[in-house]
Amino acid sequence: MNIAARELTRAGCETIAVAGVRAACDWRGVVHFPELDLLVVSDLHLEKGSSHARRGRLIPPYDTAATLQRLAAVVDDYQPRTIVSLGDSFHDGEGAARLPEPFRDSLMAMMAGRSWFWISGNHDPDAPDDLPGETVEELAVAGLVFRHEPSKGHAEGEVAGHLHPCARIVQRGRSVRRRCFASDGMRLIMPAFGAFTGSLNVLDRAYRGMFREGAPTAYMIGTSRVYPIAGSLLRPG
Amino acid sequence: MLPEPFLRWFAERGWSPRAHQLDLLTSAQQGNSVLLIAPTGAGKTLAGFLPALTDLAIRPKRRPGEPKRGVHTLYISPLKALAVDIERNLGRPVDEMNLPITMETRTGDTPQHKRTRQKLSPPDILLTTPEQLALLIASPDADRFFNGLRYIVLDELHSLVTSKRGHLLSLGLARLRAYVPDLQAIGLSATVAKPDELRRWLVRQNPAGEMADLITVSGGARPEITILDSEERVPWSGHSARYAIPEVYDAIRRHQTTLLFVNTRSQAELLFQELWRVNDDNLPIALHHGSLDVGQRRKVEKAMADNVLRAVVATSTLDLGIDWGDVDLVVHVGAPKGASRLAQRIGRANHRMDEPSRAILVPANRFEVLECRAALEANYLGAQDTPPLIDGALDVLAQHVLGCACGAPFVADELYAEVTCAAPYAGLDRDSFDRVVDFVATGGYALRSYERYARIRKTKDGKWRVSNPRIAQQYRLNVGTIIEAPMLNVRYTRAKGKVGAGTAAALTLRGGPVLGKIEEYFVETLSVGDMFMFAGKVLRFEGIRENECYVSTGGAGNVLVPSYAGGKFPLSTYLADQVRGMLADPARWKALPEQVADWLRIQQEKSVLPRKEDLLIETFPRGERFYMVAYPFEGRLAHQTLGMLLTRRLERMGARPLGFVATDYSLAVWALGDLGAMFRAKEPSLGELFDEDMLGDDLEAWLADSWLLKRTFRNCAVIAGLIEKRFPGQEKSGRQVTVSADLIYDVLRSHEPDHILLKATRADAASGLLDVRRLAEMLSRIRGRIVHKMLDQISPLAVPVMLEIGKEPVNGEAHDSLLLEAADLIDEAMGSA
Repeated sequence: MNIAARELTRAGCETIAVAGVRAACDWRGVVHFPELDLLVVSDLHLEKGSSHARRGRLIPPYDTAATLQRLAAVVDDYQPRTIVSLGDSFHDGEGAARLPEPFRDSLMAMMAGRSWFWISGNHDPDAPDDLPGETVEELAVAGLVFRHEPSKGHAEGEVAGHLHPCARIVQRGRSVRRRCFASDGMRLIMPAFGAFTGSLNVLDRAYRGMFREGAPTAYMIGTSRVYPIAGSLLRPG
Repeated sequence: MLPEPFLRWFAERGWSPRAHQLDLLTSAQQGNSVLLIAPTGAGKTLAGFLPALTDLAIRPKRRPGEPKRGVHTLYISPLKALAVDIERNLGRPVDEMNLPITMETRTGDTPQHKRTRQKLSPPDILLTTPEQLALLIASPDADRFFNGLRYIVLDELHSLVTSKRGHLLSLGLARLRAYVPDLQAIGLSATVAKPDELRRWLVRQNPAGEMADLITVSGGARPEITILDSEERVPWSGHSARYAIPEVYDAIRRHQTTLLFVNTRSQAELLFQELWRVNDDNLPIALHHGSLDVGQRRKVEKAMADNVLRAVVATSTLDLGIDWGDVDLVVHVGAPKGASRLAQRIGRANHRMDEPSRAILVPANRFEVLECRAALEANYLGAQDTPPLIDGALDVLAQHVLGCACGAPFVADELYAEVTCAAPYAGLDRDSFDRVVDFVATGGYALRSYERYARIRKTKDGKWRVSNPRIAQQYRLNVGTIIEAPMLNVRYTRAKGKVGAGTAAALTLRGGPVLGKIEEYFVETLSVGDMFMFAGKVLRFEGIRENECYVSTGGAGNVLVPSYAGGKFPLSTYLADQVRGMLADPARWKALPEQVADWLRIQQEKSVLPRKEDLLIETFPRGERFYMVAYPFEGRLAHQTLGMLLTRRLERMGARPLGFVATDYSLAVWALGDLGAMFRAKEPSLGELFDEDMLGDDLEAWLADSWLLKRTFRNCAVIAGLIEKRFPGQEKSGRQVTVSADLIYDVLRSHEPDHILLKATRADAASGLLDVRRLAEMLSRIRGRIVHKMLDQISPLAVPVMLEIGKEPVNGEAHDSLLLEAADLIDEAMGSA
């Protein structure tokens, strides 16, 4: 990575290149491609609370509200022409049907006036009920491919989610674990955006073989900026 | 009063029943509940069971065709091992008298087929734990199972009642009384500060304030306690007591069997290592603490009972009343932190009442010398400082409400009446109760979107029922109130891992034997090749796989000792008071070792010693910084909270604080601003700085994102049944699908800050990790009594806490600054910034 070329577009963003296309990793958990005027967000897992509640785990029903509120803020900030929701937008197949009316309205407001792609994910393989936008398996734009599940091996230009990457470092005997963007410059794996989404360390075997040098650079998400951390500094667990 | 077989049994052995045994029997035969307070070795167990045994002995035989009888007597102990121990000890007289009594244990280790059989054909006496009682209550045939119950015997009651386990047990007791209104409770306890609290705890709460009968057996021979008067220099700070090892070893050599108590598992590991380093005679010295593999612990316990060991290094796992052979010396390394705790530990020596126990206290540093002295004097005076009982926790109540519903449908009015019969919940208001029921039903959220997913539902007859059998299943998996920090198995590996930090993929580790369990957060800070001490061995860290921490035999190098959360008891209020009194009164220094008395004399010359009720605050410059050291003596937890709040305030007042460190005795804060000059100019005055109002907004604001509160919330959420316990064997790669308690906390706090579970969390934190209650008492005590001493340099009294700086992590917040440092490393390495 060419450090000198790194620039901060917005406060707290870290601009990298994915297969030669500039991408701004935003600390709020989204990536903006300025040349494409395209915003990507992954693993919203809307209605995860109610999905658990169906099975007797009554976790707070406020996750959708919290997630959409944060999403609205970034959408408002970037005003992108295109938005790609990179799969697992809803926590289960009936999530969109359960979506309470006020949330449906705020989602529609975000969608108005721009193209919106729902990439299908393993939690939500079908198009969401009663919502506009185009549902696709994957989307190819300017040498990039957007899909939910990262493919095995080195997939140049792939932007994916699904794994909910996080990274951990130990500094001064203290362990810090944060969600992160994971990239080796060829491909990018997005952090999960949803309020109740957990995360999986980028050194886990689920990522095996995906990055050129074993471990990717982790763009760890802090309280108001993104911190690029070299793969060699990362710890498992 | 005693039936014939008992009289004969005593007579044949040339014994006679002890007075308290007969007194207890009389109380019980009059239909009363009763509390027996007695030191170890007083025949407490037999006394507690005499009412049951005599009643069962004269009970007519069951006639053919008569229905099977339920459990007659329930025995509850905090430890599984204790239940097993009792079965053995009680089995002997029952066999010898040939009594027609069946007796069985039921614990987490009891196989399923035996449990099923116990349900169908219950023993007369069932020996079990609070968790198992909760499970029995939650089963549909509970009323039938318990309808013949006459007695419940509660062992080690003093240790049960102070925790959430005690809350759960009190609710279980109330439920049993709903089945059997005449149920009599027999509590067995060590000496406590307020016996009446326990007497009330044992009975149904009533407006008349009736209590259980009390029978007290006074202590036996006075223990011989000494403080090690070392030839060596007592260190200023630290907890290892390394200086005293040769003298401790010498004491072990001169006695038959020595029990060595320490306060934390890390101290246990260290002491064990140090003793073996000097063990030229190869004395059999063993190690016992709660993280060791169970098999290993059982081996040590057996060796102890067989009298083949000369010494055992132990933590509080050996506090409770299991019988351990002939211990003739107790050594307490480090300060005991409480007078009652010391008395109970000394009671482990010489398990016979009429002979004096021998004990040596080994203070690890100078403040501990004062504390040991205070504890020793308290023990001679018979002073007690067991912790006060606290109100019943709401998360425990939530668990119980669901348990009740799993057992049988309930009417809210009746259950409320029942719950308030339990001592910890006597003051529970109806609104909180209803909110807890609402929480159990639908999560209790203001946004009422979960009605259709309700776990319990009120049907037309006004009864709440479990909506689905799966709910009962979930309940059974999550019952209990003991939440352990996530632990990893420590396992020997045969092949050495060739693992770089970044390549977990290359892990080629093959498993060997398991040594025990270790906290995940400690392991997470290790790199491959790091050495650490565990199970009395030096181990080399080889890697983590799932829930296993792989190790090989370690060698030389810098060896780390895992520090464990929760192992540290705070200094009791009583001892703190005594230590302050001792500092203030030079006449009492004569009892102290010369080097310690000297230390205090020099402090008096260079600074000042505070009067007993005063708070001394010293300020002095050092290096580029300005320090403030306060001496509240309120325990580390309260000091930590105080440190957090003071730094917030100082920040706001422009003093630019940089950090703080807390010990049991004092608190040091350092800043870039000249603290002394600020206080002198009354900008702010110390009175303002230490004003009680810091417990208002500042506390709220700090709590908002405190990791301490998150940890407390996690425990509450698990106990209340909001999230599931993490079971060993669950893979960490499951992380991305589970919902973490931290995320729930964040969302709940911003959307519904008044939620009942957040209320429970705050109540918990106030008495638990934050010790706000004690801090509040201190702030009110010192109002108008702050003594400020401006110094040019550090005072003798300040040295111990100043030595802690840099040793203790300031706190557990995960700072962005650490990320920034790591990110900067890249820039540095790449030659640009």
